[in-house]
Amino acid sequence: MSSKSQDVEALLSQKYRHGFVTDIESDSLPPGLDEGVVTAISRIKQEPQFLLDWRLKAFRHWLTMREPAWATVRYTPIDYQDISYYSAPRAPADAPKSLEEVDPKLLATYEKLGIPLHERARLAGVAVDAVFDSVSVATTFKEKLAKAGVIFCSFSEAVRNHPELIERYLGTVVPAGDNFFAALNSAVFSDGSFVYVPAGVRCPMELSTYFRINAAKTGQFERTLIIAAEGASVSYLEGCTAPMRDENQLHAAVVELVALDDAKIKYSTVQNWYPGDENGVGGIFNFVTKRGECRGRNSKISWTQVETGSAITWKYPSCVLKGENSVGEFYSVAVANNHQQADTGTKMIHIGRNTKSTIVAKGISAGHASNTYRGQVKILPSASGARNFTQCDSLLMGKLCSAHTFPYVEVRNPGAVVEHEASTSKIGEDQLFYCLQRGVSAEDAVNMIVSGFCKSVFKELPMEFAVEAQNLLSVSLEGAVG
Amino acid sequence: MNLNTGKQVLTISNLCATVAGKDILKGVDLEIRAGEVHAIMGPNGSGKSTLAQVLAGREDYEVTAGSVSFDGVDMLALRPEERARAGFFLGFQYPVEIPGVNNAYLLKAALNAKRKAANLPEVDAYEFLALIKAKMKFMQMDESFLSRGVNEGFSGGEKKRNEILQMLILEPKLAVLDETDSGLDIDALKVVAAGVNSLRGGEHAIILITHYQRLLDYIEPDRVHVFAGGRIQKSGDKSLALELEDRGYDWVRGDRVA
Repeated sequence: MSSKSQDVEALLSQKYRHGFVTDIESDSLPPGLDEGVVTAISRIKQEPQFLLDWRLKAFRHWLTMREPAWATVRYTPIDYQDISYYSAPRAPADAPKSLEEVDPKLLATYEKLGIPLHERARLAGVAVDAVFDSVSVATTFKEKLAKAGVIFCSFSEAVRNHPELIERYLGTVVPAGDNFFAALNSAVFSDGSFVYVPAGVRCPMELSTYFRINAAKTGQFERTLIIAAEGASVSYLEGCTAPMRDENQLHAAVVELVALDDAKIKYSTVQNWYPGDENGVGGIFNFVTKRGECRGRNSKISWTQVETGSAITWKYPSCVLKGENSVGEFYSVAVANNHQQADTGTKMIHIGRNTKSTIVAKGISAGHASNTYRGQVKILPSASGARNFTQCDSLLMGKLCSAHTFPYVEVRNPGAVVEHEASTSKIGEDQLFYCLQRGVSAEDAVNMIVSGFCKSVFKELPMEFAVEAQNLLSVSLEGAVG
Repeated sequence: MNLNTGKQVLTISNLCATVAGKDILKGVDLEIRAGEVHAIMGPNGSGKSTLAQVLAGREDYEVTAGSVSFDGVDMLALRPEERARAGFFLGFQYPVEIPGVNNAYLLKAALNAKRKAANLPEVDAYEFLALIKAKMKFMQMDESFLSRGVNEGFSGGEKKRNEILQMLILEPKLAVLDETDSGLDIDALKVVAAGVNSLRGGEHAIILITHYQRLLDYIEPDRVHVFAGGRIQKSGDKSLALELEDRGYDWVRGDRVA
């Protein structure tokens, strides 16, 4: 093993200098994927044996799987051997313990992205576990959270300090072999966030992580695990930005949520990764598996997402409603402009009695974009008294875009109530003209109509996020009409 | 009623327009002065609503000949929002619903867009609220309208009241009301008429497009025009409307479009 790790050391010392990418020396593995790479990642991170075994099992399973082709997205095939599976800021041995110790260039990059980390964290009282490339480099407000007994740290840290929680919960919601991208993530995930809220604790602040992709050609494989124990509650915000670049980048994250008896988890996302230019060149490929399990009675998991970025979005935040009286919610706004392709939706699996789910999905397509809602509501025989309400609406801007809706409903309990409403409307004709006739500019009119369309989702977002989301939407749809 | 003292607000000369290659307007001539109320009547399909849409600048209609001068400006050269800011208002026959967009919000944006174009300071939320509440009271509208979406879930009558409310806030130089009376019960009709009459006079000119004499019982027009076959066939004073009510449109009908 030692000779191998020396090889890795040598490889890690390679330096990258790629144009506009922040000039921080990245420690990266060379492109390619085999068991050696999986083992190297685990070794670099000094992981316990159970985790290495788990990764290898996932990798071997992944080798037997094929990339899914059922989604309404098209892209040039991904060469999985042409991707580097590990990249970390240098010198992990003396990792910074406070912001002062963080590389100032890194902080400057955050500034450029409009994320004044320290200020924002202090003013808003938000603890930020910022993920830069693959390793967390700054964590704030840890002490306040620690006082409440809340664990909020990078995934690697959790592996080191709370291996028993990782071993107990990892992969219990999204099994290692769940799907092609989840299996890949399970084999090579580099870092991510971990949250544990102990029984009876209401997390004293909103938890927030800003994800950021930086090192060129490094696929991002984040792993997030959030556990709310009996009677606990937590609200988690995830926001993303990425710099301009012209090469497609693969992102295959996995998020697992576990809610025990009477626990509540609210997970909000604003996703704004580089969508490619107006001709569709470049942009992030975002293949994400997000799933929450309402494991306990009366538990609740709520997903809210505003998806404006990425060249390709493949993402279905789902709820497995096992516990009696548990509740699953999914509120989504997905925007696709220019040549963006979004295939997103949710799955609500009703297993427990009297489980309830609500789905509100709003899709906006502009330019040449394609926007697909794909949702499954499954009510198992055990789910007596289950109820679902689904509403999906599509808004088309211009004549070249498209919207698709694929609702799959499977009801195997005759007492269940499932309601579905869907609409497709076109902007630019009557509504736009009405606003213009009142003297409102085309741009303002579009913003108004779009935010009106999304209102029922935005109101589910935490306040400051809702404002951000609204701004993001107007930027994303700039010039889409008029 | 002195018809000749007001400033010329609108001059339409030989206006021709097509939609999807089909001739709809075939040489419309019309002049309106400030302070006047004109009624345009005519059978279905005669092109009345097309005239309203062309004046508003709807893209689907192509002007093939003629000119429109609005307050001394070539109106056809302006974009729809510029026409609105210059003081043109269209009361829609079928006001569209815009779900989730607050009524008051749209109207405040509209008013401020107009004020900005005229180099006037924007009204703030308090001033606007005072203004809109007064006008709503006049239009006998419930205050819940303020927080509802634009025309969202409104009855036909509520939509039409909302159009008039918007007109009263925006105080246009020229308002074209396209079948604002259709679908109204008698009480709503009286309220709408009172709203229109309150704007009447001064520098405001109004065109009422309607099928029925009924509206004109409450809003007395200065001039009545009979529209058929894509142009004005006959003009007269308010007695013309009564005559139409008795005799139908056939006696003035020209080369009606198929």
